[in-house]
Amino acid sequence: MISNITGGKKGNMTQIYWEDIEEGNEITPLEKKPNTQNLVKWAGASGDFNPLHYEDTFAKTQRMEGPIVHGQLKRAWLTQMLIDWIGEDGDLLKFSCQFRAMDYPCVMKDLFESTGDDHPLICKGKVTKKYTDADKNCLNCDIWIENAKGESGTIGKATVALPIKG
Amino acid sequence: MLPEKLEKLIGQIGETGMFEVEKGAIKRYADAVGDRNPLYWDDEYARNSRYGAMIAPPGFFGWPTQWKTTMPFFSEFREKLINASMEEGFDKLLDGGSEYDFMQPIRAGDILASMPKIIAIIEREGKSGVMLFSTLETTFINQHGVKVAKYRQTIIHRK
Repeated sequence: MISNITGGKKGNMTQIYWEDIEEGNEITPLEKKPNTQNLVKWAGASGDFNPLHYEDTFAKTQRMEGPIVHGQLKRAWLTQMLIDWIGEDGDLLKFSCQFRAMDYPCVMKDLFESTGDDHPLICKGKVTKKYTDADKNCLNCDIWIENAKGESGTIGKATVALPIKG
Repeated sequence: MLPEKLEKLIGQIGETGMFEVEKGAIKRYADAVGDRNPLYWDDEYARNSRYGAMIAPPGFFGWPTQWKTTMPFFSEFREKLINASMEEGFDKLLDGGSEYDFMQPIRAGDILASMPKIIAIIEREGKSGVMLFSTLETTFINQHGVKVAKYRQTIIHRK
């Protein structure tokens, strides 16, 4: 039942601490190579059955080249990147993102694999502010998703709290 | 000037929805994302974590996350806003972004009440004419009466 999509931790990740992070630090990137199977899975898991995301003919009537990746799936990838990075003792407090460009999935080659990896998307981020708020040790971050051309079609912001070594 | 019909919608509260955050739904969501975090997959691992139980990935408040195509008979509150803006000629809709406040963890088995509210409808002059920015805020409260999250979705309405 585990998806063939790349990324995702498998437990026992090393914990990062607030003291070790500086403004300007990069968030560990997370790469995804979405295929049409991933979109069908997301449709079922989220309940978004808009045919724009799985039916080629319909997508073309909507002036797309074909089915497009769900915005909310891209949002979920950005949250995954953040959760993987802050570790189990970190907290995601605030998250926002905007979708400004369409992304297309690869088509399937067989039951599990897609035909190519010509549409990789890389989730990225950077720490913009390090501060203490009440009893929380916070970081503000810019987050975004880059396509193969280096364009950022999805952009957002997040606030996380990290543990201290104490 | 914002048309009166739209002005009147600001501050309106929609019907409360109830969502059970099922374990299977969490796994299917994590699978679709391609996320192998054991907190969403492994009961024993999650029990021994600081959460004490399996949790839901941030942004998952139970299935479905979108009503429109799963239960079209369910009168979605957002539709009211969209229909009212369409009647005023704003028939092109764009996703203006999503925003979340995560206050408390959501655990498998939690029952969440979702309470939607139209918190803003703002008129702005854009290059292609007047646009509306509407924001729907949904507050999620768990079975213990604790506010666990807020989700704000902004829609851009154009003519």
